[in-house]
Amino acid sequence: MTRDAKRLSLILLFAPFALWILLLIVLPHIGMVALSLREKVAPRIYEFGFGNYIDFLNEPIYWNTLLRTASMSLLVTALALLIGFPIAYYIAKIAGRRARGALFLMCLIPLWVSDLIRAFGWILLLRQTGVISSLLVWSGMTDEGIEFLYNDAAVIVGLVYTVILFMIVPLVSTLDGMGDDMIEAGYNLGGGHLTVLRRIIIPYAMPGIVAGCIVTFMLTAGSYLTPILLGGKNSSWFTEQIYNQFITRFNWESGAAFGFLLLAFTSITVWLGLRLSGQSLANTVART
Amino acid sequence: MKLRILLVGLLSTTAFGAASGSAETLRLLTWGSYAPDELIQKFEERYPDIDVEVTYSNNEEMIAKLRATGGAGFDLAQPSHDRIYAAQLEYGIYKPLDLSQIDTDVMSPVHLEAVKTNATLDGKVYAVPHQWGTTGLMADITKAPDVKGWDDLCDPAYTGKTSMRLRRTILLGTAFAMGEDPFAAYSDLDKYQDLLDRVADKLIACKQVIKAYWQGGDDLSAMMLSGEIVASETWDSTAYKLYDQNQNIVFIPPETGALTWIDTFAIPAKGEADDAAYKWINFVLEPENVTIMSGSTGAIAAVKGGADLLPEDKKAAVKASFTEADIENLKFFANIPPGVEDMEGKTLEKIKAATGG
Repeated sequence: MTRDAKRLSLILLFAPFALWILLLIVLPHIGMVALSLREKVAPRIYEFGFGNYIDFLNEPIYWNTLLRTASMSLLVTALALLIGFPIAYYIAKIAGRRARGALFLMCLIPLWVSDLIRAFGWILLLRQTGVISSLLVWSGMTDEGIEFLYNDAAVIVGLVYTVILFMIVPLVSTLDGMGDDMIEAGYNLGGGHLTVLRRIIIPYAMPGIVAGCIVTFMLTAGSYLTPILLGGKNSSWFTEQIYNQFITRFNWESGAAFGFLLLAFTSITVWLGLRLSGQSLANTVART
Repeated sequence: MKLRILLVGLLSTTAFGAASGSAETLRLLTWGSYAPDELIQKFEERYPDIDVEVTYSNNEEMIAKLRATGGAGFDLAQPSHDRIYAAQLEYGIYKPLDLSQIDTDVMSPVHLEAVKTNATLDGKVYAVPHQWGTTGLMADITKAPDVKGWDDLCDPAYTGKTSMRLRRTILLGTAFAMGEDPFAAYSDLDKYQDLLDRVADKLIACKQVIKAYWQGGDDLSAMMLSGEIVASETWDSTAYKLYDQNQNIVFIPPETGALTWIDTFAIPAKGEADDAAYKWINFVLEPENVTIMSGSTGAIAAVKGGADLLPEDKKAAVKASFTEADIENLKFFANIPPGVEDMEGKTLEKIKAATGG
């Protein structure tokens, strides 16, 4: 192939991606920034200014909701890691070749139905007249049904369930690449289970852990359906605030500012996480 | 070569001709159940050259959709009567109506006047009424016999067994229950803010009592039918549907008056099928079609004798809940002046974020 032909094929291969990024990600975001910097002074009259961002800082409800969303997302990420790691380890290292495919498939199946259906599934299980509560009444452990729905715990359970797959997949693919000989060598040199886990497996799996955590954290912080449907009278979620600004209050300007703040805040959290764990995007997300 | 060009030309004209000959499209932006299949079929039979396309939505989303396109993409929208004035003033998303094209004679004068006063800007009318209904309370009378006013939802006797929708309606209802008139306070926004603050305190204290805020008719129905809650704020149409399944669940107009909304017909600013839109409006106002429509929506048509045109089962449900006095006590939603939407939104956020219960 001549150089020109090579170049052309590169451009052609790259074009869909570039168009996608430009038209669907970059352009709308520029529009959002422009929108968020408009202040409404009177009907149909707008001025340039940072008023929407200042409003956010002046109103404790807003940044409290943002902090709440962030801390609950971190909790969900941690739980997903705690539950997902043993599963991933079992699939990648312990299960037989044939069982591995089947197990992986079983993790995937819940993702074949939409978020909404999964949330309704949890509602049917957790509500006061739902499956779990009815079972408890039937067994005589309580007289009246117990309400498991409409609280933060329900939101966290629902979210962990939704995002855990995005933790398991990168973990399996990194752990898969680790030779069994490394673990054997660890034991041969006198390491206990804990030492092998701490000194060999976790450091090796670190790129997968970081990649999984980033994806699950971003997905959780940006989720809307699960917190709305499972959450109770006190569970505000930041995406709900954005929806309210855009739809209920017709305040697109401050909705756009909120959207940007969420993006900035989660990005900073991820950056901090990378710094603290001594990883970089290049050797984690890009590698898995 | 020439032959080929001719062929292509011929092909494209037939394709084009087929597309344009087949129909004008009427794109409806309306509430779920406001365009029953039966009516659409009947309409398309009468006007074979019009195709009806329906998008289901709610007040807030209708305005957001139209605002995003400057009023394009739909030919007829059905927001409530209090959502015309400010939206038109701020975003210019509607077109003035040509009233000579609409059979306004068949409309019930009260509702027509109420909508006209609310939806007139610079002497031009932007909406006419379609269906009306109320927001009030419903209760299972065997388990919550004493529910009479908005504040009874906060009665500690029903702790964990009531629900409401955290939207502006409950703010207004609570204000009425406190003996205030929020619509009168619209003219003085400082006074209104003060009222909203007191309403917020009340509703924050109320969080201990209620079980959850409902989001839509479906989760409300599920909670009520399963007996998880015994009383709730509700749309009357939802309550009537439940009355069909359990005669103990009745709609209760609050003693301070049920809050009344009128869903309207409004034509979006860049609608492309005004004729078809007027045809649809007149079509659904015909008596037999009113009955089909009300059967689907559960609301009462704003035509003369609208209540008599309800299907039989709905008529019974309405009779079980409304007395003449209740009907006289109806409170029509007043126009939302610019700025109020924002104040109310902030109050709702404050209530949601408060950890009272």
